[in-house]
Amino acid sequence: MRTCMTTTTAVTTTGTSTDMFQYEFMTNAFAAAGMVAVVSGVVGYFLVMRGQTFAGHALSHIGFAGATGAGLIGLAPLWGLVGFTLAAGIVMGLLSERISNRDVAIGVVLALSLGFGLLFLHYYTSFATQATALLFGNVLAVDHAMIATLAALGAVTLVALAAIMRPLIFASLQPELAEAKGVPLRAVSTIFLAIVALAVSACAQIVGVLMVFTLMVGPAAAAQRVTTGLWSGLALSAALALSEAWLGIVIAYYTDWPVSFCIATLSALVYFAALAMPRGRPAHSR
Amino acid sequence: MNPIVELDRATLRIGGHAVLKDISFAIAPGEFIGVLGPNGAGKTTLMRAILGLLPPSAGSLTVFGHAPQCGDAAIGYLPQLRTVLPDLRVRGLDYIASSLHGERWGLPSLSAADRAAIEATLDAVGARDLSHRALSDMSGGERQRLLLAQALMGEPQLLLLDEPLISLDARHQEVVIDVIKKVCRERKITVLFSAHELNQLLGAIDRVLYLGNGHAELGTVEEVVTAPVLSRLYGTEIEVLRAGGHIFVLSRGRDMERDAHMHDHDHGGHDHGHQH
Repeated sequence: MRTCMTTTTAVTTTGTSTDMFQYEFMTNAFAAAGMVAVVSGVVGYFLVMRGQTFAGHALSHIGFAGATGAGLIGLAPLWGLVGFTLAAGIVMGLLSERISNRDVAIGVVLALSLGFGLLFLHYYTSFATQATALLFGNVLAVDHAMIATLAALGAVTLVALAAIMRPLIFASLQPELAEAKGVPLRAVSTIFLAIVALAVSACAQIVGVLMVFTLMVGPAAAAQRVTTGLWSGLALSAALALSEAWLGIVIAYYTDWPVSFCIATLSALVYFAALAMPRGRPAHSR
Repeated sequence: MNPIVELDRATLRIGGHAVLKDISFAIAPGEFIGVLGPNGAGKTTLMRAILGLLPPSAGSLTVFGHAPQCGDAAIGYLPQLRTVLPDLRVRGLDYIASSLHGERWGLPSLSAADRAAIEATLDAVGARDLSHRALSDMSGGERQRLLLAQALMGEPQLLLLDEPLISLDARHQEVVIDVIKKVCRERKITVLFSAHELNQLLGAIDRVLYLGNGHAELGTVEEVVTAPVLSRLYGTEIEVLRAGGHIFVLSRGRDMERDAHMHDHDHGGHDHGHQH
């Protein structure tokens, strides 16, 4: 973690007091983390609803192999990440839900991907310093170009999700009936996993491939415990992800702890707090 | 009157295997048909064919006088409960709402009229309080009522109920049957109701459709539930005993239907890997 935290160390020594927004890397971090958190919260809500959280986790690991592989052939890691997760998401969708929900098969592919990631790192050693950033995230190193890229990724993700949202919900909640009413189950599932792949790629830029659960699953799962309404659940999931991401950066600024650690801790705290809440409370807003 | 569902020498195949061979029968408007038979006899297969998901490989199948159309709004369908996720924290209203125009692309929307229609239908099956409760907090009987309400949305003329009594205790089974019988009589809906046990249905059904061994037999209980007919359908020697208003279907002294029912409970928690 040292490599990616050197910047913060410098900050806390020079700017002990107050205004974190005077630093451009801080405003960049807030902008990038904010956009990614909202996208992750929204996409994650459907991931949790469909019971495919493990598939989302696996996609991010496959992305690790893509990112290191891209480094090996001189491309930007982000595009390797996007390319690999997108391809893997589409393949998982086409293999039908029956296979993509199999924990063992996914687990094997997940481990294999990490193995390949390690192999690529082995042959491209100068890239190794970036490995930690890929695995655990490095939101404080985000620049303007990356913010623009994340904004584009996020926009594509949300627009695509909006386009398939109605049949996606129907197919997620009641696949047999949806099929009978003419919903193309496999197409919907494939498009959704492609959307998840894009969201995972964006999310990994903030919290790293090992920790996409903190923004994609934690807030969504907590929101579903607290509210049973569709729109209220989506809004709460996005709001929780956003506040966890921002608050995590603030805590990291004042403590010099890694940002991803702070976000992961907040995510876990919120999830377990939601678990502890009494169940079956009706929600009336939609 | 023209039949609602008519099969003429129809054969239904799944992956090359003929589940139902050369079967013919006609169901009249407003009939309440109990669909019975051993596991794998083709109850779900028949319903999927009527829904237009499985065209017959030979012969003809017509629904409302024409070939079945996938997504026909005039058919209400209650699938066998297999894929309700155990921890689905979605309230009943949103669950039913998801099926309204769920095949269209774009964002979901729920108009005031849709919401009123959902609540009216929940009322009709005595389940208004389920609209704001999470699915994961409902009992098996409540879920079945919710699914029934959903199947009734959009004023269907034909209702396909696939094992709506599965995993319910006897008291809830009676309640579900009574609700279905009442609503369908009032609205003159034709019903195909598949089940494992005949006895609970005796007071509700007009005729019984017995499937087995690739064959199908439609008729009154007196015509169909007899030793010669069932022996042919089960492919083994069957005895039928009538006692105290109940009918027992026995094979070498064992109660066939109860065995089938127990068998199904054994597998209740698992994903049924193949379609019957």
